[in-house]
Amino acid sequence: MTKRIEARFEKCRAEGRAALVTYVMAGDPDPETSLEILKSLPKAGADIVEFGLPFTDPMADGPAIQAAGLRALKVGQDMVKTLDLIRRFRAEDADTPVILMGYFNPIYVYGVDRFLADAQQAGVDGLIVVDLPPEEDDELCLPALDAGLAFIRLATPTTDDHRLPAVLENTAGFVYYVSITGITGAATPDFGRVATAVERIKRHTPLPVVVGFGVKSGQHAAAVAQGADGVVVGSALIDAMRGTLDEQDRATSRTVESVTTLVKELSEGVRSVAKRAAA
Amino acid sequence: MSAQAQPNSFRTGPDERGHFGIFGGRFVAETLMPNILELEKAYAEARADPSFKAEMDGYMTHYIGRPSPLYFAERMTDHFGGAKIYFKREELNHTGAHKVNNVLGQILLARRMGKKRIIAETGAGQHGVATATLCARFGLECIVYMGAVDVERQKPNVFRMNMLGAKVVPVQSGTKTLKDAMNEALRDWVTNVADTFYCIGTVAGPHPYPAMVRDFQCVIGNETREQMMQAEGRLPDSLVACIGGGSNAIGLFHPFLDDRSVEIYGVEAAGHGLDKLHAASLTGGRPGVLHGNRTYLLMNQDGQIQDAHSISAGLDYPGIGPEHAWLHETGRVNYISATDDEALAAFQLCSRLEGILPALEPSHALAKVADLAPQKPKDHLMVVNISGRGDKDIPQIAEILGDNL
Repeated sequence: MTKRIEARFEKCRAEGRAALVTYVMAGDPDPETSLEILKSLPKAGADIVEFGLPFTDPMADGPAIQAAGLRALKVGQDMVKTLDLIRRFRAEDADTPVILMGYFNPIYVYGVDRFLADAQQAGVDGLIVVDLPPEEDDELCLPALDAGLAFIRLATPTTDDHRLPAVLENTAGFVYYVSITGITGAATPDFGRVATAVERIKRHTPLPVVVGFGVKSGQHAAAVAQGADGVVVGSALIDAMRGTLDEQDRATSRTVESVTTLVKELSEGVRSVAKRAAA
Repeated sequence: MSAQAQPNSFRTGPDERGHFGIFGGRFVAETLMPNILELEKAYAEARADPSFKAEMDGYMTHYIGRPSPLYFAERMTDHFGGAKIYFKREELNHTGAHKVNNVLGQILLARRMGKKRIIAETGAGQHGVATATLCARFGLECIVYMGAVDVERQKPNVFRMNMLGAKVVPVQSGTKTLKDAMNEALRDWVTNVADTFYCIGTVAGPHPYPAMVRDFQCVIGNETREQMMQAEGRLPDSLVACIGGGSNAIGLFHPFLDDRSVEIYGVEAAGHGLDKLHAASLTGGRPGVLHGNRTYLLMNQDGQIQDAHSISAGLDYPGIGPEHAWLHETGRVNYISATDDEALAAFQLCSRLEGILPALEPSHALAKVADLAPQKPKDHLMVVNISGRGDKDIPQIAEILGDNL
């Protein structure tokens, strides 16, 4: 349902600020804890939640998200269980947009039609599938749009003005600008250049542009929030959480709190930057 | 299995989007797409440029040592008492395997494109050695990603790469084998996209790699065709090659795909057995999407990639090139498999009968020659691709046979 995404950006615009988008891995470190984390995110200040689909071979992700996926798979997380967690989240939160983010193979193997039906029924609003560029739109992007799910595309520093229209063509919900050429959780971007890139993308689309990759602190979030409509944070949350796990990678009493503490800091960072309402 | 209609020709693929039937494609992160399109364009231009072919031919002759012989394996033929067995001697190439054919093409292309930094993944280390060799020859920076497990079992090749000035990066993520080396190479490429050329070692990855690597390896089959005409005055009756990703096999097979009289056998690695840990993606896998293409993969019900196992590091990969997936479904090529034990026995037999130490990879092909050759008449001409030499496997085989080197 792209409506929930639109409504949420509308709300942030009305409040004169950028949106905070948070990423955590489904089933990490175990299904119940990851659900508890998911539920805690909006309360701590997240506007949109991304839930990672674990995959054995995440070729665009850095060590933090790779390890998170493997922890989830180790305790038996799979597509059915992930959709079930979203269903339970949705039962308590009717408004926060939920984006599933991952790689195509688990979706392809689950079956595209079955996946779209089940994801929509569970309360998913949008999809980010890293290894589906516009050249492969027939696979999932177009069926997802038909099913009423937003297919959110990644634009990168290598997506030049010539290519940008193709990338934006079937994009819905928002555009996710990857701030660096690189993997998740790696380098911190040059925020000045990010702002220029966001301006460039906004010349091509009326959709909100959010920025991710390399945002680790409230200060970073504030810097990105200057120019962007939203800030995505993932690896930093996973790193914070991982630091609280015991030797067997099990959750401890500090696990959920470690994530919410950082989300609060990020939220304050985002909210410290006043933007013109309804620009 | 032969659900797809039989095409008029098996040699026209892929289509402009990189598809062989439903297989292939370009399943990569957006960051890489501009590079992949740039590569596709540069390769199309090079292919149409006679000076590119002339340059390649020169190095093929004087640096790699082509053509490789087509050798009549007389004692093995007598031993099995059936088909007349010929070896295509790719193990005699500079660097000791067929891998160098493809690397030469890609490195010359990288030079045309002005790329100064070369990255590669490697399993057994043969592709890594070939890449390190040509980078040394042309003064290019070379980084080779290799699973930490493979670094351990292929020490001679790691040493060779170091001697050639390449940087070998042991990959600690995932299962620490070839698939993880490929993940890590892709992560490097995403990060260093502007100046880096990714030299993929097999007929897999996003389009145009499967077609481009195949084209560079087709020298194997083209020579075989000519050499067999010279030796016997006719085409061979069957071809046998081992398959990991499948580059040596497609190189031999492709020029013969439209000669329907030629039986073609691809031999996957059955590891400990098809009901146990193995690397036979076509026999034991299903279609899925990994490393930029749709193909047959070893995976669980949830689409999570499973560990492959083979005695041979070069075959230890849970996928296979997309063109092989298509040739499997159309039924043009027969895909069979050989276990670790069968390959080891074939290695020993070939060493003693022919005075040739084959690598463990083509030992899988030889293992199936043991099944196929005795069933054929004496005038049946069978070509086996000896895709690499066994020197790199000596420490591993010695250990298995309980010998202290």
